Amino acid sequence: MNVFDVIGPVMIGPSSSHTAGAVRIGNMAGALLPGKPVRAVIGLHGSFAKTGRGHGTDRALAAGIMGMLPSDSDIPRSLEIAKERGLDITFEEVELDGAHPNTALIQLWNRKGEMVTVQGASVGGGEILINSIDGMGVEITGNQPTLLVLHRDVPGVIAGVTNYLAMNGVNIGGFKLSRRKKGDTALMTLELDELPDGSVTDGIRCFPQISRCVLIAPLQ
Amino acid sequence: MPSVAGYVKKAQEQGVPISQVVLEEQAREQEQPKEMLEEKMRQMLQVMQASAKEGENPQLRSQSGLTGGAAAKVMERARRGESLCGPYFGKAVARALAVSECNACMGRIVAAPTAGSCGILPAALLTIMEEKELPEEKAVMGLFTAAGIGTVIASNATVSGAQGGCQAEVGSASAMAAAAVVEMMGGTPQMCANACAIALKNVLGLVCDPVAGLVEVPCVKRNAMGVVNALAAAEMALAGVESAIPADEVILAMKRVGNTLPATLRETAEGGLADTPTGRKIAHSFFQHEAL
Repeated sequence: MNVFDVIGPVMIGPSSSHTAGAVRIGNMAGALLPGKPVRAVIGLHGSFAKTGRGHGTDRALAAGIMGMLPSDSDIPRSLEIAKERGLDITFEEVELDGAHPNTALIQLWNRKGEMVTVQGASVGGGEILINSIDGMGVEITGNQPTLLVLHRDVPGVIAGVTNYLAMNGVNIGGFKLSRRKKGDTALMTLELDELPDGSVTDGIRCFPQISRCVLIAPLQ
Repeated sequence: MPSVAGYVKKAQEQGVPISQVVLEEQAREQEQPKEMLEEKMRQMLQVMQASAKEGENPQLRSQSGLTGGAAAKVMERARRGESLCGPYFGKAVARALAVSECNACMGRIVAAPTAGSCGILPAALLTIMEEKELPEEKAVMGLFTAAGIGTVIASNATVSGAQGGCQAEVGSASAMAAAAVVEMMGGTPQMCANACAIALKNVLGLVCDPVAGLVEVPCVKRNAMGVVNALAAAEMALAGVESAIPADEVILAMKRVGNTLPATLRETAEGGLADTPTGRKIAHSFFQHEAL
């Protein structure tokens, strides 16, 4: 066990789950949208909806979307900063069936009108679990480098990606596939043992059946 | 599983303080030079100092309005020399409040081990450092000892209020601070273990009952209690008082007590102070304002 998990992390208060964890969920959503977000609709579920404002959950999520870290002293001012940067944020209370009490459902749009929907839970001590991306089930903690590959559900794509990673000396520590329906769009989630350089993702993007490939560095 | 007895034994065998054992173990596990880990811990101490300073601002108020200004009042009294048990005691209490209030008001803190219990270690270590004119290095090493104890508690029990109640948060922080203070004052590794055991024993059963679910009432003031408890335990241990129950057994007892606490007393804001007429009234008016 790392001593800096006990004495640390450095964070903006007041709550590791409602503040620091919320920043990290926002980080993940922001990382999944290509380009800068111009509009965000943030649904707050359960305890996030009930005690969110008192814990600064709203500001923490907004800060995270803009890429601030849990220790950023600008977090309390993040809603004002969002306005200055032309990011329009709307909060709403949502009821999500069977979701963890500290869950946020974040929809983000960029200038081109592209969007991403991310549902994530803050599960305690600043740890998070992203449950779904664009309606497809995932399990991402953000503690490992994570590669997300959106592709057509046809034979050989998974083998192609995993072989390509193997050729580049990247070891896979976790794997999950989810798809809307057979033959439709599928999402591969790969947890990697180390962060590969950008050329690896560029290579994967050249695969014909792959529409998107995002590499997410471990969250702070 | 790491144990307090294990750390004490290694420290005794090598003739070094517990902090050295923890530091060397971490350097091995994280494959990093000791100097880098020391530097990182020094940064933690510096953040603690900054939070303590920020929390002394009398204008500080939390979003809910429940918290702010308490540290300033206590510190003012201590600086005027009116503190009940001398300025040293007043400052320790004020700093525990200051860091906790800084946390409640969305300031930057070091979770130690949690955000809810973040005031205890800074209050104990910074005040001892100032009062006894110890070099910063001593406090940095004190944090390694505290971290060692915290690691044992987190591995064998829990430091989460949602799992173990406040005893797991404020209790753990208090035990960690007690051991650190003993080492900073030149106590033996066994004295550190005794201080840890005594501090945790004293708060066994403490429930987590935050009003309106916020990390404010009673959390902020329990941090002040936590540092006083840590100093009392350290005082006893340094005088040679032993704990009848060894630290590792106290930690396991804390875990078992936590497991038997009803869910209403584990951070759900459904029991204890949260479920008093005033606690409910605060929650009610807060949630009305809160409606998005």
